[in-house]
Amino acid sequence: MSLTLNNVTKKFGSHTAVRQLSLEIPESEIFGFLGANGAGKTTTFRMILGLLQQTDGSIDWNGESINYHKSHLIGYLPEERGLYPKLKIVDQLVYLARLRGMNKSDALQQLDYWLDRFKVPEYKGKKVEELSKGNQQKIQFISAVLHNPKLLILDEPFSGLDPVNVEMLKEAVVDLKDQGTSIVFSSHRMEHVEELCEHLCIMHHGSPVVHGSLRQIKRDFGKKNVVIRSDFDLSFIQDISGVTRFKKVSEGCDVQIESEHVAQKIFDALHQKGFVRKFDLEEPSLNDIFIEKVGASYNE
Amino acid sequence: MNKFGIILRHTYGTHIRSKSFIISTIITLLIVVGLTNFQNIMNMFGDGEDSGDRVAVISDSEPIFNQLQQSLNAVNEDADIVQFNGTSEEAQAAVKEEEFDYFVHVQLNENNNLAATYYAMEISNSGFVDTLQQSLGQIKTGLIAAEANLDQETIQQFYAPVPIEKVALEESAKTEEELSSARGLVYFMLFLIYFAVMMYGNMIATEVANEKSSRVMEIIVSSVSPIVQMFGKITGIALLGLTQFAVIIGVSYVSITANQDSMVGGMFEYFGLSNISISTLFYGLLFFILGYLLYAMLAAMLGSLVSRTEEVQQAVTPMIFMVVIAFLIAMYGLNDPTSSVVTITSYIPFFTPIIMFMRVGMIDVPIWEVALSIGLLVITILIMAQLAARVYRGGVLMYGRSSSWKDIKKALQLTKKE
Repeated sequence: MSLTLNNVTKKFGSHTAVRQLSLEIPESEIFGFLGANGAGKTTTFRMILGLLQQTDGSIDWNGESINYHKSHLIGYLPEERGLYPKLKIVDQLVYLARLRGMNKSDALQQLDYWLDRFKVPEYKGKKVEELSKGNQQKIQFISAVLHNPKLLILDEPFSGLDPVNVEMLKEAVVDLKDQGTSIVFSSHRMEHVEELCEHLCIMHHGSPVVHGSLRQIKRDFGKKNVVIRSDFDLSFIQDISGVTRFKKVSEGCDVQIESEHVAQKIFDALHQKGFVRKFDLEEPSLNDIFIEKVGASYNE
Repeated sequence: MNKFGIILRHTYGTHIRSKSFIISTIITLLIVVGLTNFQNIMNMFGDGEDSGDRVAVISDSEPIFNQLQQSLNAVNEDADIVQFNGTSEEAQAAVKEEEFDYFVHVQLNENNNLAATYYAMEISNSGFVDTLQQSLGQIKTGLIAAEANLDQETIQQFYAPVPIEKVALEESAKTEEELSSARGLVYFMLFLIYFAVMMYGNMIATEVANEKSSRVMEIIVSSVSPIVQMFGKITGIALLGLTQFAVIIGVSYVSITANQDSMVGGMFEYFGLSNISISTLFYGLLFFILGYLLYAMLAAMLGSLVSRTEEVQQAVTPMIFMVVIAFLIAMYGLNDPTSSVVTITSYIPFFTPIIMFMRVGMIDVPIWEVALSIGLLVITILIMAQLAARVYRGGVLMYGRSSSWKDIKKALQLTKKE
């Protein structure tokens, strides 16, 4: 059960929101879909859900286009959260689940399971407006997964949650993945993406600027980070060729280098200066890659 | 159950249990029961205290007093007319002490003509003065006639009104009697259609805007097509409206039947509610449903364009205007149903449900005219359904400051491929 986007383009009048996007989201995987605000993520989600029609290209799921006959297989957690503020949790979740093709008794059973799992069974009879933001978030998450979707779109699922609840929801997401659900995951928290996703895509101005497996992306990025802690002044390092970024911190510096080869040069230079308490060669973080790929064009 | 049914049941279910719906229905029922028991309530208040006016009269001659008493009592049975034995000053003091409501001093002036002075605590309440004026006028005519030696028969002829018979030359035209008896029911049903369109139209627009502003809309339209959702909602609210009417009409019927005796004559006969025409009821229901459909779709479309509930009123204003204009024309038409303004506007689809209904209720409209207007209305409803569905699809995804009709274009564009 894989989702395929083939050369998808979406224009609003003269404005192009998504340009030539091709993706393949395999079954039982969490796919990271990243991008700055306004990069075209929500538009892409809406096209996948069939709310908007793409101008060009095709979107299909197991070779078939997605329409309302398949809505029972799809779960959606939109970035802008939305529930009926005045309805009881049980009433509205059952209503939303029934709109996704579930029958009432199954929906009630699943609802109890999820409320228990998220340790909030007492909310069943409460109204949404009575809950805190974080707890509304849990309810919103339940509304997206109650009907056991095979394709789940999660737009910023962990925003506004405390670390305990983030772990709780993260586990639920991983469980769903293990049960065979394809998940499209969007977040601004790169550490979440690094933790959960094998494949990802970074959107910028409607076009994918980075696309592939996390490992491959990091390898292709080439640049690495060096963390140095010492007692003497390290500012001479920024003059070594091959150093692309130099950031002084309280007890040393964090340096970005073009390749592993440069690390060797820095190490040799340090060697003559004195005692180094820490010298660590690190893989680039997704955060670095994102800032570089998206941030660079902001400066253009 | 299919999704249309689920939405319909949800819409109906949540509204029928909502406080605002229950309260508005109860208030309407209280008004209906109050109106149908109007006579009883009036009697209840009437019996407790003496409601008749107490009038003191000082007059130079006994016959004039007797005539005045007779004549005033003919108009107002309850009035207590008393010959006051005393001076004018004493009588005025008695009025001040609230022994009497009014004091009338009748005298003959130097030309031997009747003249009167009217004393009351305040003279703004002039209803009695009009009666007094008429009565004294008659007495004066009598006195002059007697002086001129006219016999009773001649005097009678003075008073007899000129008979005017009204004849309609158009064969199908209703007689004056029929017209006024039809008017009450038409009036009543016009109000029902008018209120239903306004109230349920507003309800739909508000509900759509609510779902949008709470952002639950995006989840719903990703589960079910916006068009199915829109029509599910419209049908749900329609059933809600019919339920409310059924309750109100049921209670009215029971209440009217129970009070039939006290309502013979009186205001109900005046309104023509005592002989209800089946065809008027049938047309009323038909135009109610068609009018509701047209305006409900318009309301759903307008509601889908705003992002916040506070903007709903602004968005539906053009719609409200149309209903109000139609209603005003219909009100005018109640007195002049054959006017060409009324005839022409009854074919404009947005006006048809109210104005054509008024026409068929008041006069005999050729069947082809009715069929033509209904045909135009149905075609407009179908076009409106197409347009509303498309605008709705795009509109529910649009957020931001909405302002005007430009948004309709924007919403339509969203549903296109580019």
